[in-house]
Amino acid sequence: METAIRAEHVSIRYLTGDFKDIGLKEYVMRRLTHQYQVREFWADRDISFTLMKGDMLGIIGTNGAGKSTLLKAVSGIMTPTEGRITVKGSIAALLELSSGFDADLTVKENTYLRGALLGYTRAFMDEKYDEIIDFADLREFQDRRFKQLSSGMKSRLAFSIACLVNPDILILDEVLSVGDGAFRKKSGEKMQEILQNGVTGLLVSHSIQQVRELCGKVLWLDHGRQMAFGEDVQGICDRYEAFLKAR
Amino acid sequence: MRKFFHRLSKHRFLFEELVKRDFKQKYKRTVFGMLWSILNPLLTLLVMRLVFTRLLGRNAEFYTTYLFAGNLMYHYFKESTVGGMSCLTGNAHIFTKIRVPKYLFLLSKNVSAVINFSLTLVVFFVFAAFDGVPFHWRFFSILYPILTLTMFNIGMGMILSALYVFFRDIQYFYDIFTMLLMYLSAIFYYVDRYPPEVQRLFLLNPVFCNIKYVRVVVIDGNLPSLAFHGLLLLYGAAALALGALIYKTQEQKFLYYL
Repeated sequence: METAIRAEHVSIRYLTGDFKDIGLKEYVMRRLTHQYQVREFWADRDISFTLMKGDMLGIIGTNGAGKSTLLKAVSGIMTPTEGRITVKGSIAALLELSSGFDADLTVKENTYLRGALLGYTRAFMDEKYDEIIDFADLREFQDRRFKQLSSGMKSRLAFSIACLVNPDILILDEVLSVGDGAFRKKSGEKMQEILQNGVTGLLVSHSIQQVRELCGKVLWLDHGRQMAFGEDVQGICDRYEAFLKAR
Repeated sequence: MRKFFHRLSKHRFLFEELVKRDFKQKYKRTVFGMLWSILNPLLTLLVMRLVFTRLLGRNAEFYTTYLFAGNLMYHYFKESTVGGMSCLTGNAHIFTKIRVPKYLFLLSKNVSAVINFSLTLVVFFVFAAFDGVPFHWRFFSILYPILTLTMFNIGMGMILSALYVFFRDIQYFYDIFTMLLMYLSAIFYYVDRYPPEVQRLFLLNPVFCNIKYVRVVVIDGNLPSLAFHGLLLLYGAAALALGALIYKTQEQKFLYYL
């Protein structure tokens, strides 16, 4: 088996403080009065895991556990402050569903823009477009402005694009709970089908049930620390649920 | 450099889609929208022509062309950099979620500035013809200041967009800066009425230098010296290098601020 993602002792530091949204004038004032504060904050601390090609990893943990930050590092948006992440293959990341869509463009234009953002060619998108729009069930809406769609429709489109463009690695952050019942069933089936075709997946979900069903490996994070990682999905999920109850 | 162009060709589809998006956002899918945006330099030109001709342009030859050359280049600089300033904050919802080279957003914003500039350039030559300027094959050499000013604009756009991420009030400072720069760029007056040492100070202003090049070619019918070519290239390359350096070193920090 081939290694798809290897994270070695990954730590990611965030800077926080009230430096955001202050202007130059205020910055100078605070510097002069020694009120300028930047705090360091480790979103992830010493995380290590290895995924083989075709693995589906579920990442669990409470809010602020560092799940999304870790995904940002895997998808290359952030570089780890310490440690390193090696990734083999193309990544389609769905970090937040509506990200990258433009409200004033039509559904069709947005589909092409998203395809381009994910790194595909025009020819490839021409070939896949019909499949995407039919899977999302949005053909009659394809020339509507994106802002006229319901949020369920937007999520359906995002999911369809990410799944139908055959990435090597698929990152899903809270996206499987989208759409109505019928679409959820269809997207669940699609996920299974994709996983059988050897796509490596990373799934962040607050639904433990979903992680138990879909994932072959699980990573449990708490306040940036790695609590557990392994193939014992049911065992780790049981411990996590007990941990949630005990809090 | 080769690697850069290779990467650029890899991102061609994305670049085209971004350009299309920026276009539709800016002009709201109307042809009239495009005409509006060249109206700004033309109206400024009209007012300056009415106000300053008696005051400053009385003994000057081709004063309309002189004014227009200044406005043409200055507006290109202003539009490109003001538009470029917001390219990072405006696209933060994309690059904090999907990995994508950030300079593409700036380049795509610049495409519409280039197109507006080209339209204004056509109008400029129409005006120059009416003004009675003798046309010459040397006119093609104004492609050179267009190139160097574009380099300068992109570099400044990178610097400003990065600053804008860190300090949101930069836009007000920049408003004041561009206004002062306009007065210092000799758009409606002549620098040769100042003593030589003051004239030399004007050469510190990159926008003025690019304007001067166009005037030397179109109005005087000459080519500037080789050293002057070098100066323009230096300004363009320096801005580009500084901008690229800031993007490279600060890129990871952007995420904390957005």
